[in-house]
Amino acid sequence: MEFAAFLARRLAWSVLVLVGLSIVIFTIARVMPGDPARMALGPRASVEQVEQLKSELGLDRPFVEQYLSYVSGLVRGDLGKSLLTRRSVSDDMRASFPATLELVLVTILFAFAVGVPLGVIAANWKDRWPDNAVRGVAIFSAVMPAFFIALLLQVLAGYVLQILPTTGRLPRGIDFTASPTGMLLVDSLVRGRPDVFLEALRHLLLPALALSLATMGQVARITRASMIDVSRQDYIEAARAFGIPERLRLFKYQLRPAFVPPLTIAGLEFASLIGNAFVVELIFSFDGMAAYGVRAIQQKDLNAIMGVVMVSGVFFVLVNLAIDLAVGLVDPRVRIRGARA
Amino acid sequence: MSDLDLREPAALSNAWQNWYRFSRNPTAVIGALIVLVAVALAVLAPWIVPYPADAGAVVDFQHRHLPPSWEHWFGTDNTGRDNFTRSIYGLRVSLALAGVVLVIAVPVGTVLGILAGYFGGWTEIVIMRLTDIALAIPPLVVALAVAAVLEPTLLNSMLALASLWWTWHARLVYSVTRQIRAQEYIEAAETLGASKLHILFREILPNVISPVAVKTSLDAGFVILIGAALSYLGLGVRPPTPDLGTMVANGANFLPDYWWESMLPATVILVLALGFNLLGDGLRDLFDVEDVR
Repeated sequence: MEFAAFLARRLAWSVLVLVGLSIVIFTIARVMPGDPARMALGPRASVEQVEQLKSELGLDRPFVEQYLSYVSGLVRGDLGKSLLTRRSVSDDMRASFPATLELVLVTILFAFAVGVPLGVIAANWKDRWPDNAVRGVAIFSAVMPAFFIALLLQVLAGYVLQILPTTGRLPRGIDFTASPTGMLLVDSLVRGRPDVFLEALRHLLLPALALSLATMGQVARITRASMIDVSRQDYIEAARAFGIPERLRLFKYQLRPAFVPPLTIAGLEFASLIGNAFVVELIFSFDGMAAYGVRAIQQKDLNAIMGVVMVSGVFFVLVNLAIDLAVGLVDPRVRIRGARA
Repeated sequence: MSDLDLREPAALSNAWQNWYRFSRNPTAVIGALIVLVAVALAVLAPWIVPYPADAGAVVDFQHRHLPPSWEHWFGTDNTGRDNFTRSIYGLRVSLALAGVVLVIAVPVGTVLGILAGYFGGWTEIVIMRLTDIALAIPPLVVALAVAAVLEPTLLNSMLALASLWWTWHARLVYSVTRQIRAQEYIEAAETLGASKLHILFREILPNVISPVAVKTSLDAGFVILIGAALSYLGLGVRPPTPDLGTMVANGANFLPDYWWESMLPATVILVLALGFNLLGDGLRDLFDVEDVR
């Protein structure tokens, strides 16, 4: 019962955030100077043509009315028409978002697979050289520009060592359309194409590595701090006194409760991950939502830009909702206190 | 206790103590040095760079794509301009970006955070829910969108970043204020009939300054990184103004043969962001504030 209330509160809150987000984005897009219809048609179109496109897109109606129709479209999954390609933005999103999702998920997986052990090592050898090394790595990863690491990896692994492909999601000439999920790693397995799976993985490695560095450093840092916090608890001292094997103490009794802070941090990290994905996808010619967004921005395609920001926001809110619920399940204190700080 | 006024020497020894602790912290000192040198180089750029004319649109095809040497420390770019000169000038853009964003975002966030933390109720609900919404938007994405829909200029990118960045400071100051508010000296001030303004700005504000200083220093590094990413994507300053992110983007077209054209400006960005981060970390140790990211 208690958990149901927590769930309801958290859900209502997410909806509120999304409504706010949609208002902000809509206002930014509509209050901007310049005429989207004129922009889409170019300077040589006649006034009548511009007026016609305006009424077609509903740009001549009052602001609030426009917003309400935009939102009612949103709820139905309709993000409007791309002003330049004249295709539905939702279709474009369905085509491009899974690639970004795949990239971001592999990135997060990688960041945790490396970051958590690094944090545990640092905490266990606090103030000795492994700790200093991990702290150095964490600071370095926080200040490394995403495009720098991406270009470095591209040059080192792609040109110098020539061990990994540096662009695209699949080699030219492979006949495989990603469906049903749009994520190549999943689709290739579902449809029994291990060759495609391997190629997709090879293409994904460098972008995911480049994208994961910053998050990995954060995860290591937070895991370290949280492990040290937990190690000061009395029950850890008791575990030591009772002679419980070091490894059992470390991984079962210390790491498990210490795992909550890195988990919540992961939620916030998604925001910077999506941001950095723009740069990384561009450098590796990775055909995802961020690459689509960059094109939309270069061509001033308003509905497409709004679509990208909105989908990023919804994705971010959903991820954080899921993480809050997971943490709530693991840690009963969170349920009572409500949302995390 | 005697009536001797001990405030002056106490304050002095306090500053001395702080300086002593600061100077004993190698990361803080290195960070402060990097930041100071960068600011000095940026301010003095026109007088110290080896080829001042190369900050503009110079074309010198005889000297294009030269590797790093004594004459050209960072080599030259595809139109023959000295990359070292342009990197030093690029510091100006990066520092100005961080400066303007934080000058707007930090005071706004601090004041709103104090208000939300002290008054609670509707003030808190409105302000903190606003920050929640802003947190749901990736900063780089919004900066991209705004820079794209408005003219992609440095000023617009700054405003876009500032319009989101205050929320982080508001959240930090809010949580610190909540803790301070429960302290007895605030209760005492209230009982004595101190005005709200006095409590907010004379009792609470001085106590939130250290965490805000730490965060501001760390943030300067992140704003510089986001700014560099924006200009890498072609939404920064207009050419021919020298800009580090733009230099990396241009130089990347000539990888891997002319590596210096992208890698060296990128290293400058890295070192600059590193400086602010080390300084922030050092200040955190100095002020003994935790949980500031």
